[in-house]
Amino acid sequence: MLVQVISAVISVAGLGLLMGVGLAVASKFLAVQKDERIAVLEVELPGLNCGACGYAGCASYAEAIAGKEEENLTLCTPGGPDVVLKISEIMGVEAAAIAEKRVIQVHCTGGRDKAEYEFTYSGIRDCNALYALYGGDKKCKHGCLGLGSCIRVCPVNAISCTENGLVWVNKELCIACGKCIEVCPTGVMRWLPFNSDYLVACNSTDKGGVVRRICKVGCTGCKICEKKSPDGGYKVENFLSRIDYQAEGERESGAVACPTKCIRRNDTEIKKR
Amino acid sequence: MTYIAIIITFVLIENFILTQFLGLCPFIGVSRNIDSAVGMGFAVIFVMSMASLTTWAVYNLILLPLGIAYLQTITFILVIATLVQFVEMIIQKTSPPLYKALGIYLPLITTNCAVMGIALIAVRKEFNAFESFVAGFAAGVGFLLAILVMASLREKLDSEWVPKPFKGIPIAFVTAGLMALAFMAFDKALLKNLIG
Repeated sequence: MLVQVISAVISVAGLGLLMGVGLAVASKFLAVQKDERIAVLEVELPGLNCGACGYAGCASYAEAIAGKEEENLTLCTPGGPDVVLKISEIMGVEAAAIAEKRVIQVHCTGGRDKAEYEFTYSGIRDCNALYALYGGDKKCKHGCLGLGSCIRVCPVNAISCTENGLVWVNKELCIACGKCIEVCPTGVMRWLPFNSDYLVACNSTDKGGVVRRICKVGCTGCKICEKKSPDGGYKVENFLSRIDYQAEGERESGAVACPTKCIRRNDTEIKKR
Repeated sequence: MTYIAIIITFVLIENFILTQFLGLCPFIGVSRNIDSAVGMGFAVIFVMSMASLTTWAVYNLILLPLGIAYLQTITFILVIATLVQFVEMIIQKTSPPLYKALGIYLPLITTNCAVMGIALIAVRKEFNAFESFVAGFAAGVGFLLAILVMASLREKLDSEWVPKPFKGIPIAFVTAGLMALAFMAFDKALLKNLIG
């Protein structure tokens, strides 16, 4: 009896030992030379694996940089200037020109309570599917469709539903990966500088009279903002006011004077008016 | 059993996932899109074929002569884990593209119960070396088949309206259950009709 137990213990332990040693030897012989900088770069990158750089994840971007396949070190938008500086340092090159930090915002607030609807949609809960039907269920074909395709692609949950069935981006959370812009069929998601104070929350290039009829918070292109804040960078084109953020002037009086109140602060949360 | 009978048995009649309910973890976890499902499927085919062959060798050349066949479970775990590690190293050294394709999935199946299952079943059915290998390969193909069908269904489900409590994993399990029900159509009578 005892002999059997001992022989079983010895043979299994021997098998384990053999395999352990075999693996140890194999790992020496089969070791693959890896660039040490890859690991260092990976630590510096944010690790969000959002794909904004065009690579599958932070690890593959790090690999591409270290292998000199990718020469552009500024592709990581979530990391911003800090990361660009650090990875340039690791690679021993001078830091490239750093782009200003940007965010994305929805340029539309015409939800259930504000906009006119053309038909009732009860199909697949996906903006692109809805857009395929006459450009959406709202009479305005430029605005947010509110089915939240952007919410589903956002890697950091920066986009949330608002009370009136649209979406809003929390700019503190936004990492500017641009995925929502890619998925949005109406182009209502647009870039803004991070420190932008106001935005014209409308995307409609319809004529003023049309906009007034179908949406309570649309930009009619009345040019009042241009007149009230001449230095604010407001520029009306195609019945839609856009802000040139290079202009440093005040924009508040233009926003206050806006008759449809579609010029609003780029707050982290949308407030009810 | 002829080789054709073994293949039909393990791919359809005793499909590891849909009939024996082994290896459900990667089946649910990696079936979210078709690309990774295919990667996982091929990794499983590879590991299962290798594992059933080596465990046959260990069982018949070491465990039986020493009279410690009752220790098969623990030794199989040891052997399979070592084998996968070793194979991973070899692939990484010799073929980086293959390593990139299989790399993330190989460690996932080191201790998978489907791999363990094929080793134990092959022993219980007293297969010879080549039969074990074929059984392992066929079981892997069965896994690939199931996970591929599942991944295509789940990709479709993503754009479909699903009640909130069922979103994600729950609806995947319901789908898997229905698929298992469909696989009940393949039973031993099929084998008799096909081969005689």
